[in-house]
Amino acid sequence: MTTIPFVSPRKRSTTSRASDPKIPHLTPEQLEAFGDEMDALRQRLVADLGEEDAAYIRGIVKRQQQFEVAGRVLFYLPPAWPLAVAALSVSKILENMEIGHNVMHGQYDWLGDPKLNSRIYDWDNVCPGEQWKYSHNYIHHTFTNVLGKDRDIGYGILRMDEDQKWHPYYLGNPLYAFLLMVFFEWGVAMHDLEVENIVKGRRKLEENAQLHAAIMKKVKRQALKDYVIFPALTGPFFPLTFAGNAVANLVRNVWAFNIIFCGHFPAGVATFTEAECEDESRGHWYYRQLLGSANITGGRLFHIMSGNLSHQIEHHLFPDIPARRYPEIAVEVREICERYGITYNTGRLSRQLYTVAKKIVRLSLPTPKAGPGREPVAEPAAAEAA
Amino acid sequence: MTITQRVLSSRLVAALAYPHGVDRYLEQVNPMWSATEVRARVVDIARETSGEHPVATLTLQPTGTWRGHRSGQYVQVGVDLEGGRRATRCFSISSAASLPGERFTLTIRSAAKGGGRSHAEGVVSRYLVDEAEPGLILHLSQAAGDFTVHESAATPTNNHLLMISGGSGITPVMSHVRTLLRDGYDGHVHRKVTFLHYARSRADQIFADELAEIAAADNGVTVHLRYGAHRFDADELRHLVGDFRDIDTWACGPAGLIELIQDAYADSPRLRVEFFKPPAFAAAGDTDGTITFARSRTSVLNSGAHLLEQAEAAGLTPEFGCRMGICFSCTSRKTEGTVRNVLTGETSSLPDEDIRICVSAPVGSCSIDL
Repeated sequence: MTTIPFVSPRKRSTTSRASDPKIPHLTPEQLEAFGDEMDALRQRLVADLGEEDAAYIRGIVKRQQQFEVAGRVLFYLPPAWPLAVAALSVSKILENMEIGHNVMHGQYDWLGDPKLNSRIYDWDNVCPGEQWKYSHNYIHHTFTNVLGKDRDIGYGILRMDEDQKWHPYYLGNPLYAFLLMVFFEWGVAMHDLEVENIVKGRRKLEENAQLHAAIMKKVKRQALKDYVIFPALTGPFFPLTFAGNAVANLVRNVWAFNIIFCGHFPAGVATFTEAECEDESRGHWYYRQLLGSANITGGRLFHIMSGNLSHQIEHHLFPDIPARRYPEIAVEVREICERYGITYNTGRLSRQLYTVAKKIVRLSLPTPKAGPGREPVAEPAAAEAA
Repeated sequence: MTITQRVLSSRLVAALAYPHGVDRYLEQVNPMWSATEVRARVVDIARETSGEHPVATLTLQPTGTWRGHRSGQYVQVGVDLEGGRRATRCFSISSAASLPGERFTLTIRSAAKGGGRSHAEGVVSRYLVDEAEPGLILHLSQAAGDFTVHESAATPTNNHLLMISGGSGITPVMSHVRTLLRDGYDGHVHRKVTFLHYARSRADQIFADELAEIAAADNGVTVHLRYGAHRFDADELRHLVGDFRDIDTWACGPAGLIELIQDAYADSPRLRVEFFKPPAFAAAGDTDGTITFARSRTSVLNSGAHLLEQAEAAGLTPEFGCRMGICFSCTSRKTEGTVRNVLTGETSSLPDEDIRICVSAPVGSCSIDL
């Protein structure tokens, strides 16, 4: 096995590019060997899936429902309001992250249980699962961190990479990020409408008619449940329940946003150009997933509450393998990375969040030209519209 | 429908449980509680025959959501197997027609063990016959199928009805006979039923005692049992019932028997058939065979490429995404045949299986719902 000499990183910028010298350039042969190792790891995991994984996800569903029922019931006891909100928030976080996100990835399709099947499951969120699966499972997971292809880079609203051309619109970068955090589920729901491409004239409004109808249908039913029926069922406590449900949705939004932004935007995460990914080999795809993702360290409970997206790297390598397996394979993935000289980006939540926040603020201002770099490729349309 | 049932399946409760459905919550409390799904508890298991392919009759208590069945219908049965996977197969119901919520029975022959090839296919029947115990919860569909009889005691006809079955194909036919006898459609009003059955051997005969009773009773039902190498023969049938092409006939059994019967009946509309056929298996690396895209009524010769590519080459435009097996956009149902996962090399021969066609290469012949 060839060991790639580690090139010491230069402290120049906190965003990396695949062409940066600090990122090891693997030869096609090395990439192939690297891909084979990942494939072997994957195969071993797939062969090992079984009863424990089934029991785990069913256990999480049960626990989530207990929190949900507890939350809904505690609204009948006004003094327990904070408890009710906490229980409902936990329920919504578990449902969206460890259950919804992972089930809709097809991680549990092998169980043959329609209730845990990616084609059937829909989550407790205003974004219709059907649309999310397209933009997330296909677009984001296939073209991870490829500028101009992966619409999750800045979500068409933010400037999250130096290679996105600056525009005065981006002076609002921190504000937009804050708003996206507060209204995260709505942002996710709007994501598929590709508003930025409509503004740019790359996409026709008519193309959105169907998507829009599906979103409105989902929004109505979600709102009916959280803001009409459940509050009404608590009679005189209507306003309290209404507010409690809104807070629970907010808590989930803030939590999900923070976990997800730590997945691809901390310092040191690399982005790629379309040219770099042309005719990509399987090995290069794995390599790109690794360089384009970052982990968060934490305890078991933290990992569960993040839907194991705290192991974003392992998730991007093996998006269709039950997320509960990520912590156990992280050790091996890290070891493989070390052998190939690939930086395994991980850190405490506070550290990752800090670098994400710094990036959001820094990129709100124009990036000084630092010598011959890549031409800006992605130019979010919201900027042009502004 | 009870009041509880009505409340549970109301729109209000559905709106509260949205987007998950009420059953997701109910089943946590009691697997026999449900608003729309059908489940059943196995309440009794009786051995019908032993030997190499033992047969057992399972009595099921369905949830209140069971709408009942007409004789000759089948039900989909999902079993949670060892390893956490749920496998689903269809079985004909062997008991007389049931009303909503009523108990019914399945009579199942256990598939051969260790045969390697039939391993995947027979896993559900083997589990139900050899390992199931009273108390086991099964996941069901509603009853379905058109292999039904329209005659009843209330029908003012005296049609002669003919039932032909082979092996475990006796189950839906037995359901017919039991229903007819229970409901008083018998010889006393000059209504005749002829029952012709082919079994491997006397020891393998399912419902032997009951058939003997039926044959002995004064009920207008004639039972003919044939064993071993005795094959279906049109002349013999003519000798038994006269011009059979003019008699309403229900035939169920292995594909070989059904083909013989179909040939004998030519295109007579009086014949209704139901058959089971052994799944097509192919050796790894076998790329000979035909790929059938059922919904588009297209067939192509297996080129060995993954199914998505073959479908596109055939002019189809299936949905797809990553084309590398991660996004599940292209998931389609394989109704029969063997596919090899090009990523893991694993082969799978389960019928009615959801596969990602971008990473599944057919081995031999295979049929896809595309």
